[in-house]
Amino acid sequence: MPIKDYIRERFFPHMWCPGCGHGVVLNAMLRAIENLGLNKNDIVMVSGIGCSSRISGYVDFHTLHTVHGRALAFATGVKMSRPELHLIVPMGDGDALAIGGNHFIHAARRNIDMTAVVMNNRIYGMTGGQYSPLSGYGISATTAPYGNIDQGFDIVELAKAAGATFVARTTTYHVQQTADILQEAVLHKGFSVVEVMSQCPTYFGRKNKEGGAVEMMKRMKEMTTPIGSKAKEAHPELIERGVFVRKELPEYCSEYNKIIERAQKDVMRKGL
Amino acid sequence: MSKTIKFIQGNEVCVEAALYAGLNFFAGYPITPSTEIAELLSSRLPQIGGRFIQMEDEIASICAIIGASLTGSKVMTATSGPGFSLMQEALGYAIMAEIPSVIVNVQRGGPSTGLPTHVSQGDVNQARWGAHGDHAIITLTASNHQDVFAMTVDAFNLAETYRTPVILLFDEVVGHMRERVVIPEKGEHALVERLRTAVKSGVDYHPYLPREDGRLPMSDFGGVHRYNVTGLAHDMWGFPSDNPQVVHGLMRHLIDKIQNNAAEIARTREYYLEDADCILISYGSSARSSLHVVENRRKRGERIGLLELQTLWPFPDHIVRERCRRAQTIVVVEMNMGQVLQQVKLAVDRPERVFLANRMDGVFINPTDIRNILRLIQGKGI
Ligand SMILES: Cc1ncc(C[n+]2csc(CCOP(=O)(O)OP(=O)(O)O)c2C)c(N)n1
Ligand code: SF4
Ligand SMILES: [Mg+2]
Repeated sequence: MPIKDYIRERFFPHMWCPGCGHGVVLNAMLRAIENLGLNKNDIVMVSGIGCSSRISGYVDFHTLHTVHGRALAFATGVKMSRPELHLIVPMGDGDALAIGGNHFIHAARRNIDMTAVVMNNRIYGMTGGQYSPLSGYGISATTAPYGNIDQGFDIVELAKAAGATFVARTTTYHVQQTADILQEAVLHKGFSVVEVMSQCPTYFGRKNKEGGAVEMMKRMKEMTTPIGSKAKEAHPELIERGVFVRKELPEYCSEYNKIIERAQKDVMRKGL
Repeated sequence: MSKTIKFIQGNEVCVEAALYAGLNFFAGYPITPSTEIAELLSSRLPQIGGRFIQMEDEIASICAIIGASLTGSKVMTATSGPGFSLMQEALGYAIMAEIPSVIVNVQRGGPSTGLPTHVSQGDVNQARWGAHGDHAIITLTASNHQDVFAMTVDAFNLAETYRTPVILLFDEVVGHMRERVVIPEKGEHALVERLRTAVKSGVDYHPYLPREDGRLPMSDFGGVHRYNVTGLAHDMWGFPSDNPQVVHGLMRHLIDKIQNNAAEIARTREYYLEDADCILISYGSSARSSLHVVENRRKRGERIGLLELQTLWPFPDHIVRERCRRAQTIVVVEMNMGQVLQQVKLAVDRPERVFLANRMDGVFINPTDIRNILRLIQGKGI
């Protein structure tokens, strides 16, 4: 199916700034879904609030644009009642890990089958450039005029510790890798987390003198390296990208099906 | 066929009624005095192939039921004051996105952690205005277990009819007291099932285009119609819009669908009102004490009656005004600082005749409390 069959042309042009990394994520995501050949009726995209979360409006799936930070909780309700559907949950870094941090770790802990995509531009884009829990120490933001003193999260480490069974990181520079990883993440049975380092030239770029989209993407190429590469040994400050965790553990909805079986056996034995 | 008669807690009645109404998804977070609802449903729902989940907090709980409702499930969550406060943002979302859902608040004393195990009716106004922005909402309550059953089933019916969240505002006394209840046979209490669109696959479906009667047929997530749901102001496709005409139409629709049907939604019980000079107005467990007072005084020949409200929102002001027209004294009996009192004053022709008989100290308002206040109002001294 051509890419344009996966989007809602009626709602274009999109609202993102020129050069925003979120469009690249959309592109990679649609390529992944195209490759998987999934039926559009079987896909539910649930997002929160932020520039990133607007992605759900543009795709021709069942789409649920919710409230800030709670997308995973809404998605849990959808998935629990229709476990056969594929749930894709794109979120901003603030959305997923500040206001939504609690839902993030609990969804990971349950290992409920859905794909959380954190579109990490290290800033609150939608509200105009405030620091996020991913900005990191020393960054400039509209609410950090003297430099940010908050330490940042490492999404990969956090997701691993919380129990996610598929954890990966990539960047908008690496479009092909992003598509490949998303494809694997959607197929993975369990809670998968994909961090896509993305650029917000409008706020992060401008505030931190990182230049425009092209320069920012180049930087992402330079500051990352494949997992376990030689370069990492020589330059430990490099950020690794690739798949960090890929493991099988009992999935939440499958486990709940067993509860239903147990409960129904109980009823047969004892009566209601 | 023999009737099923049970002697159970109000919270358990709520569970029986929800299951009777077709509940198949519940998400919640434990909080006194509502917890029995979650506990019971964790065992009952899987028995019928339904699903229960204990979420990480009340915010997540209401979000989860909204998601589940969109797949076609009948959904409910249950909480009390602190949890109800946490739910307000997503409650507004359910109003805006028009998601059928039932939210139970078994009230306890507030504000804050307040009185976890004591009774209160302090959340009446929060039920009305807890979510930000202009909106309309349906809120039902009950004073006895037979009505807890009926109002719970009605809550599900109204949620489907008007595509809206419905709040069941019970209180600790009703939630925890044990009383006889007759569970109706299947079919005895009518059920409203989800109105689904007849639009065929491949034909443009407009999830937010009301029919002439104001109703919006739904399509389940996972079905043949893929559409957008958002808490942003939106057009007939569910796509964000800030076009003033679209926004105006949406706001009118959200409010009119409930306010214009206030008479349909209004539920009250009337006791000895025909010739009453003095009318007590009450709801929930305080209506029990009120009825006790009324029946005692009737025996002594006093012309006193009780108007019990089961619908709190939209406030049944037409009924209150009509029934109170000839009354010399109107006394609102409630366990708060006068939340329904204000509504009654707005509704009646002569607000100076409206008085408050209340307690808000966590102690159940009993017939003696009401009798003492009545004597004061009537200038008789205690
Ligand atoms: C409860 C609540 N608090 C605050 C906001 C305002 N708000 C909207 S988006 C946003 C942050 C967006 O940042 P991020 O999640 O990183 O997404 P981005 O825009 O960068 O893609 C905030 C704070 C809101 N919508 N709701
Ligand atoms: S503000 Fe930043 S994140 Fe938002 S659309 Fe513009 S570039 Fe993208
Ligand atoms: Mg961001």
